[in-house]
Amino acid sequence: MTAKTIVATSAPARATSARKVVSPRGVEAWLVEDHANPLVAVQFAFTGGSSQDPQGKPGVAYLMSGMLDEGAGPYDSIAFHQRLEDLAIDLNFDAGRDYFTGTLKTLTQYRDEAFELLRLSLHEPRFEPEAMLRVKAQALSELRHEANEPNAIARNAFAAAGFPDHPYGLPQKGTLETVPQITRDDLEAYRAKAFARAELKIAVVGDIDERVLAEELDRVFADLPSRGELALVEHRVVRGGEKRNIDLPIPQSVIVFGLPGLARNDKDYVPAVVMNHILGGGSFTSRLWTEVREKRGLAYSVYSSLSPFKHGPILAGATSTKNERAYESISVITAEIKALSRDDVSADELEKAKKYLTGSYALRFDTSTKIARELLQAQLDDLGMDYFKHRNEEIAAVEARDIARVAKRLLDTKRMLIVIVGQPV
Amino acid sequence: MVMAKMVSAGLVLAGAKGNGGAEGAVTISQFGLPNGLDVVVIPDHRTPVVTHMIWYRAGAADEPRGKTGIAHFLEHLMFKGTKAHPEGEFSRTVAELGGEENAFTSSDYTAYFQRVAKEHLRTMMEFEADRMRGLVLTDAIVDPEREVVLEERRMRTDSVPVSQLGEAMTATAFVNHPYGAPIIGWKPEIEALNRADALAFYQRFYAPNNAILVVAGDVEPAEVKALAEDTYGKALPTPDLPLRMRAKEPQPVAARKVVLSDRRVEQPLLQRMYLAPSYATAKPGEAEALDVLAQAMGAQSTGRLNQRLVLERKLAVSASAWYAGTALDDHLFGIYAVPAQEVSLEQLEAALDEVLAEMAQGGFSDAELKRAKTRLVADAIYQRDSQSALARNFGAALTTGLTAAQVIEWPRLIERVSGEEVKEAFRWLEKKRSVTGYLTGTAS
Repeated sequence: MTAKTIVATSAPARATSARKVVSPRGVEAWLVEDHANPLVAVQFAFTGGSSQDPQGKPGVAYLMSGMLDEGAGPYDSIAFHQRLEDLAIDLNFDAGRDYFTGTLKTLTQYRDEAFELLRLSLHEPRFEPEAMLRVKAQALSELRHEANEPNAIARNAFAAAGFPDHPYGLPQKGTLETVPQITRDDLEAYRAKAFARAELKIAVVGDIDERVLAEELDRVFADLPSRGELALVEHRVVRGGEKRNIDLPIPQSVIVFGLPGLARNDKDYVPAVVMNHILGGGSFTSRLWTEVREKRGLAYSVYSSLSPFKHGPILAGATSTKNERAYESISVITAEIKALSRDDVSADELEKAKKYLTGSYALRFDTSTKIARELLQAQLDDLGMDYFKHRNEEIAAVEARDIARVAKRLLDTKRMLIVIVGQPV
Repeated sequence: MVMAKMVSAGLVLAGAKGNGGAEGAVTISQFGLPNGLDVVVIPDHRTPVVTHMIWYRAGAADEPRGKTGIAHFLEHLMFKGTKAHPEGEFSRTVAELGGEENAFTSSDYTAYFQRVAKEHLRTMMEFEADRMRGLVLTDAIVDPEREVVLEERRMRTDSVPVSQLGEAMTATAFVNHPYGAPIIGWKPEIEALNRADALAFYQRFYAPNNAILVVAGDVEPAEVKALAEDTYGKALPTPDLPLRMRAKEPQPVAARKVVLSDRRVEQPLLQRMYLAPSYATAKPGEAEALDVLAQAMGAQSTGRLNQRLVLERKLAVSASAWYAGTALDDHLFGIYAVPAQEVSLEQLEAALDEVLAEMAQGGFSDAELKRAKTRLVADAIYQRDSQSALARNFGAALTTGLTAAQVIEWPRLIERVSGEEVKEAFRWLEKKRSVTGYLTGTAS
């Protein structure tokens, strides 16, 4: 049966105007020109992220994200920050599991200075001892703050249980023991192996034309080494079939649950997106929302989502319920996952899910920063620039039997990993 | 549903000519309907999407005594259904149309919004107008939702020592005004809230003449006007709308201290809150000066607190400041600092007081002032990129006693703030106006 859904298959206009810009020296970026407001948003990513932290030293990539704006080139830390603030330039870095990312936002009038500061931060960071000490102290303070924060504990415990002896199992921010040991050499070594043109994707949106962007791309990125030396990260299937309790004296239990997910390039990934929307996706209509929150009042928040990590994709979710009813929440969630793996979804439920997913797609493109994020993600996922045009058609083509197939493939509750932080009774 | 508590950020908005460099400002249209509904339209034609918001001039500070949390509880219950559209039909429709929706409650307002493709604006307005007057509640609906709110409180406050400290400090900062109560409510009072309480609050405050419609996005004002007349225009106004008269806060005379000790705390921290005028209660220029002061003192890396306490004296790992000036009555100016290892909160507090005295005495350099103002004005220009951020700013301003013109004028007023005015603003930071909070792992 073909999909009878009449969906909004129109593509987001601003994204479909994206063009590939190639600089004279061969740096590529995707650009959406938009001169309505005098600002430019840049997002870029190097493959690597915290899964490239050196053996025994988790937290290097995360620390790096805090060190690149702590002085570079002619500017010490204070001067660098003052320069950014004097010109109201936003420059931020972050380290995820798979990518080290950067964002730059500037007013048009300071565009030249903004790209120069970005260049300095990538090529000539100072990593001075005083700044290292200070940023490490901030990282340690965060770790102490999170030491008894239930969501952080649950997140770390889930990673450790799901990915033993694997970079994904380590805490991304490092530990109280490893952070003090990180040296300037560790940062330099990370930079050398991960900050390379072959590992780089760039997206730009806003008040800038192709010619100017091409020059800026050369200035900022052309002098990076052409290849990095990333360590090979082993592929893993998240380990489940286990329930872990972590005692913490709080009135509510934080529950994180997960199953193996799908790689972004898996042929079942799109049906899995529709399936997850039905199970615990982001509207006030999912099965988990209805059963856990609406009918039983067990929790304020409950959701599931697909995380297509490169080396071990997962389908994970979370909720928080008072200790007295924590096990009831787990039973309800488990029963819903089982039901979805067992019974076909109705035509009506499928149609509604597809309508939501296709109709809401345009909402991801209403600010420059959001458009840049989508342009970057499509490059990281190797989806091609046409993706924005046919994405809604892919969703619309999903049929009930596709959901049934992918649900059987993924939703095996025997393989679930559950972490509970609190004092469930 | 999200509960927004006001922290930091003034009325960041619109683009003036100035050192931010952007020419022109946000263009908006504003008009009223005969039934008293105020309407603001903010066109942005770059993406075929609209943000539709309805704001009620009713928040936690408008609750009757003994009923803390009812404004927020009602916000949850508003998603349950009406006579015309029962049992979550609105949310199902939003989802089917590919929309996003949510709501938030503050001390001074409650707001509901949807973000949808522009062709669905009428549908959203029909549903929202229906829910303004047509809410239907039964105990079967109300009871599980009360549990949801209690879970929300456990999640946001009861499991989070730093939130518990914030709640205790706010309750101490206001000795009489309802801003002292948590927006989500005190636990024993939430437990006792019922259907009648929710309906009483609803009937009292949810009316077209107590609401502001804000529509931002790919739409023309004339179109919104016609749609609004067709939908909200049919709602009857409430003739004897109550004035928003809250208990008056006296000028404080005693410095206060709140200590929260919990063995879960491994990273202590220091906070301070001062009673300060809001944009609505301040004399012209005073609130703007407080925004500049918070920025000059508290900016993450370049602020004076960070310079002195983190970089020079190495007593803290971070230090910042905020001004929550978007409020109908006098509100708060705050400071936040995390001590370095081996530094006691007493030591850090003493150093903070020294730095405050130094600033009050010597003020800021021209470079510091210029930097602070540049950032505030630039943030306003950056916000023009986001239709939903713009919609929120206008809604928050109009429900806290300001006009749209003031919002648009804001960057120009920020640029006009003088060093002398910033120095003058230190009169609100007298110790006797303050509560100091310690978060510690052991009794101190």
